[in-house]
Amino acid sequence: MLEGITFIIDNLPLLLKGAWVAVQITVLSILLGMVLGIFIAFFRLYGPKPVQKLLKFYEWVLRGLPILVILFLIYFGLPTVGLNIPAFISVILGLGLRSSAYQSQIYRGAILSIGAEQMEAGLSIGLSRIRTLFYIIIPQAVRLSLPGFTNEFTIVLKDSPLAYALGIAELLKQGRNIIVTSFRPFLVYLTCAIIYFLLFHFFYYFFRKITEKFKVPGYLINK
Amino acid sequence: MSFFEALVKYAPDLLRGLYLTIELTLISAIVGFVFAVPLVLAVIYGNKFFKNISKAYITVVRGTPLLVQLFFVYYGLPSIGINVTPFTAALIGFLLNSAAYQAEYMKGGFLSITTEQMEAAYSIGMSKWQSIKEIIFPQAFRFSIPALSNEMIYLIKYTSIAYIIQVEELFAQAKYFASDTFYHLEIFLLIGAVYLILVYGVTWSSDWLEEKLKIPGFDVSHLK
Amino acid sequence: MSDKKEKLLQIKNVKKSFGKNTVLDGINLDVYKGDVIVIIGPSGTGKSTLLRCINMLNPPDKGNILIDGTDITGKGVDLHTERLKVGMVFQHFALFKHLKAIDNVALGLIKVKKMKKKKAYEKALRELDRVGLADHKEKYPAELSGGQQQRVGIARALAMDPLLMLFDEPTSALDPELIGEVLMVMKKLAEDGMTMLCVTHEMGFAKSVSNEIVFMEEGNIVEKGEPDQMFNNPKHKRTKSFLHKISELYGGEES
Repeated sequence: MLEGITFIIDNLPLLLKGAWVAVQITVLSILLGMVLGIFIAFFRLYGPKPVQKLLKFYEWVLRGLPILVILFLIYFGLPTVGLNIPAFISVILGLGLRSSAYQSQIYRGAILSIGAEQMEAGLSIGLSRIRTLFYIIIPQAVRLSLPGFTNEFTIVLKDSPLAYALGIAELLKQGRNIIVTSFRPFLVYLTCAIIYFLLFHFFYYFFRKITEKFKVPGYLINK
Repeated sequence: MSFFEALVKYAPDLLRGLYLTIELTLISAIVGFVFAVPLVLAVIYGNKFFKNISKAYITVVRGTPLLVQLFFVYYGLPSIGINVTPFTAALIGFLLNSAAYQAEYMKGGFLSITTEQMEAAYSIGMSKWQSIKEIIFPQAFRFSIPALSNEMIYLIKYTSIAYIIQVEELFAQAKYFASDTFYHLEIFLLIGAVYLILVYGVTWSSDWLEEKLKIPGFDVSHLK
Repeated sequence: MSDKKEKLLQIKNVKKSFGKNTVLDGINLDVYKGDVIVIIGPSGTGKSTLLRCINMLNPPDKGNILIDGTDITGKGVDLHTERLKVGMVFQHFALFKHLKAIDNVALGLIKVKKMKKKKAYEKALRELDRVGLADHKEKYPAELSGGQQQRVGIARALAMDPLLMLFDEPTSALDPELIGEVLMVMKKLAEDGMTMLCVTHEMGFAKSVSNEIVFMEEGNIVEKGEPDQMFNNPKHKRTKSFLHKISELYGGEES
């Protein structure tokens, strides 16, 4: 038992390196998804009809495809038409694009549930459309989006190990590297699971705190 | 060899992979549901011991990546003496995972049913478990249908991960095809389309099921 | 009048608190067969809580409740059997939303009383007919008006052949024009000899149908007596002022 713990401690630096890669992958993918998601949400709400239709299709495809298919299309498929994208970027691109499809839904839902009245109220006190959007709609939309966003973050975090399939040295791969030389899969994967678990809860509570800070009394989030 | 000639040649393998994918999905979803019911009942109605164990189980499974769970089962079990085929390992991993998520989804359904329903059941002499069986569960189940169909869709997509632990389902077959023929782009586009069709099929079926089970006054559309 | 009448319900010194709130502070009440007792009082004085104690949905903290001689607050009591003796009608109807009207009424007969389906449905239909809703037996609760739902609720309770019926503000959640149909059913029930305990604000009903009015305030029974006496000549000032206020709001004779 004690020997097991020292074994883990010896290998911890390697595992933590992998954990850091996992965090990087997650954060970068989420950011990509967020930027794209906001654009998509905006155009699906206010853009021309053909664009709306196109984006709806985009969302449907990216939410219906397995993430591995997306990753392999980017990493293995694109080179056949001359586009060689490194593994790390491929993962971020794949997870980010998929996340954008889910995040756009979150932001769209938030904006829709705020209702036209808020815009009307803004206009009626003399604000322009853009300023109403900025001062009235967006602050509310941000609060409404937080639960969905937190959820999406944890989903991307839990999918980050799939980078393993593209050979990236994230946490799971580091674990595997340790195992092939030491033959202690049970212990190592248990440790990996624990590290992911801790990461998951760290971010979950981090976003919870942010949600708390932004909270407005009586303002219904969700439901 | 052209892409289509290669497809014809590999068709049996690909179809076998498709079959495994569907098998994996269905068994995981259904057995996962069977395990999820006692879990959710324990969380809501159970005594302290069962409640806490179930809650812990759900929290742990939902707080760790699916791939890690699969690795744990596939590589970990043999090291303590239990030898399983890749398919079995994947099955175990998926259904244990699915059970936790389905329990969590159903919890929402249960909680949305008012305590008055339970009181009314008591008032005509029903016992606790009778009330749960006859009154609460039928309603909770209907509320849970959207979430359960989402879980089914999730499983269809994520069975592709079983490729990583050597299960020869659809995605794995596609990878073998690509490695042999170098038609990476084409085959993954095709497989992607197949997955989309499967997902669409589930969406359509669950809408159909909801229609069939519809009861006036039971509006679940707000839960979608 | 009541020399050898059966004492169906005895509430002995019942006390109940929710946290620091004392809701029932020593209630004593006897209910005889055929009694129609209306409990009135300001909101939050524990009237509903008292009813819920009687069928042990919320057991009392102290005191005893005897139904037909059996102390249901005691140990070793099979609550499910005892509950069959008491029928309850809820403020928000509490119909089983996933079942049709006839199924709502028949469910208890089939699952609890273990009746054969054919007999159960026959009886259920009779009870629905009794409340005037035989034609609506195939409808789901969402397809019925509030008044109709409540009547189904009454039928469901009656189907279990209880010794006495508890009514917890049965008309408070109804639109005004639907109240009459429910009160009519309750009046008929009383005329047929059912023992009833009602928490309600319907003073017309209280005046014309009940044989005892109990006024509760702050967890205690302030005064009780026959309707005539309570309305025309109450002993306590608080009784008088409450009844005065209530009669202004709800008063009038019921059809």
